[in-house]
Amino acid sequence: MAERKIRVLVAKPGLDGHDRGAKVVARALRDAGMEVIYTGLRQTPEMIAEAALQEDVDVIGISILSGAHMALVPRILELIKANGQEDVKLFLGGIIPDDDIAQLNKMGVTGIYGPGASTEDIVTEIRTAIQKRA
Amino acid sequence: MVFMSLSQALLNQDRLALSRLLTHVENNSEEGRKALDELYPHTGKAHLIGITGAPGTGKSTLVNQLALQYSKEGKRVAILAVDPSSPFTGGAVLGDRVRMRDLAGDPNVFIRSMASRGSLGGLAQATASMVQVFDAAGFDLILIETVGAGQAEVDIARLAHTTLVVEAPGLGDDIQAIKAGILEIADILVVNKADRPGVENSERALRGMLDMAHPTQRVFHHHGQRMVVPAQTPKADDPLWIPVIKRTVAKDGVGITDLVEAIEDHITFLREGGEWAARERTQLQTTFETLLRDNLFARFLDELSPEIYEETLSNIMLRKQSPWSAAEALLDRRRA
Ligand SMILES: Nc1nc2c(ncn2[C@@H]2O[C@H](COP(=O)(O)OP(=O)(O)O)[C@@H](O)[C@H]2O)c(=O)[nH]1
Ligand SMILES: [Mg+2]
Repeated sequence: MAERKIRVLVAKPGLDGHDRGAKVVARALRDAGMEVIYTGLRQTPEMIAEAALQEDVDVIGISILSGAHMALVPRILELIKANGQEDVKLFLGGIIPDDDIAQLNKMGVTGIYGPGASTEDIVTEIRTAIQKRA
Repeated sequence: MVFMSLSQALLNQDRLALSRLLTHVENNSEEGRKALDELYPHTGKAHLIGITGAPGTGKSTLVNQLALQYSKEGKRVAILAVDPSSPFTGGAVLGDRVRMRDLAGDPNVFIRSMASRGSLGGLAQATASMVQVFDAAGFDLILIETVGAGQAEVDIARLAHTTLVVEAPGLGDDIQAIKAGILEIADILVVNKADRPGVENSERALRGMLDMAHPTQRVFHHHGQRMVVPAQTPKADDPLWIPVIKRTVAKDGVGITDLVEAIEDHITFLREGGEWAARERTQLQTTFETLLRDNLFARFLDELSPEIYEETLSNIMLRKQSPWSAAEALLDRRRA
């Protein structure tokens, strides 16, 4: 049997701008051997949770540049929990103030990355989070 | 809470159970195989439609439109969107959902992305298994999108009841489907992006290819006169399906009702001509024989001591024994 592939949903919620960062991360994860489901721009929390359910992902990676993270993230966490996917790990990229980082981590976000973060770190931390779960 | 197996939960319309089982059968896990066994009595009802063609022809956009249409008719639609894995890293970026935004939140629709993961035979088998899971879950239609690149599509087309090959103008002078050798598998040829220049050329080229494969009329030139006669007298029980060509603008939903009608005609043809049963038999036979072959081989190796296996292999490498006589000797040994 083939080893179980890590499946990651990469989404860009909110109404702000471009998805360049999300695409860079998606490609880096692919190059690390992961299967990335890319959903594109302007995803609502409902769309993200539904896609995560249908794709049976291990990880959700979202990029939020609009500053709406304190509204969007709790909603996403709530929805994936309601779907029975509380074991799915959420990773967040964006410009997040320190105060919010602490709160988001407490809510259950596994990893938070600023604009300069290295994709290697993201890959390593996803792998670690998945191993811990198994 | 009463314990319920994933297959039981799936039959009770639990979407998470469906999703988890898809993962299990995709990975060919023990649990996945057990579920396929349990679910088998509930399969055999869905209509499988394959959608294939070169990258960028608009397959995902078309699948989005087809699913919208079917869902509007009250049908339940599963989508299996297959994209290639990187041969170097084994990873993949699966982007088909980007074109299927309209289906978000539709309780009649379930979309699953799938990476091709290496081996050809493996993909066809994993696809067949995932289709079984959707079928058991009660989906009326299963749309399977694949990139038209050759043998894998031919195998998947064998699985589908109706195969759509999608072409689009503006992707170079060649007809991509011909280049990839997948024109033969088309039950319906879709010329998408009919809003673009060059659509007539694409359609004419496709029709030319089709006429060569399925001559519907013969043209003679006799003393400067052009005579056209039918190549065959159509009979009511004629078992031949001649592929049809349909134009669409998937991005705007144009030509979709017409295409759905053509698909309907094809199903009627399959059912009335006995072709449906024939395809099903071939499909199940392949599954059955693959399982027999794999299991026989696994059992044979189980019963063979690793020393004898290694010894035989090194004899073959030393040219002391040929693979042919070695295989025969091992099989005889077992029988003795
Ligand atoms: N002009 C035009 N563009 C289309 C049409 N259908 C799809 N497209 C565009 O073609 C591109 C590729 O579409 P996609 O569905 O992803 O193709 P796939 O790779 O075959 O799945 C996208 O930018 C679509 O918006 C159409 O009917 N006309
Ligand atoms: Mg596609």
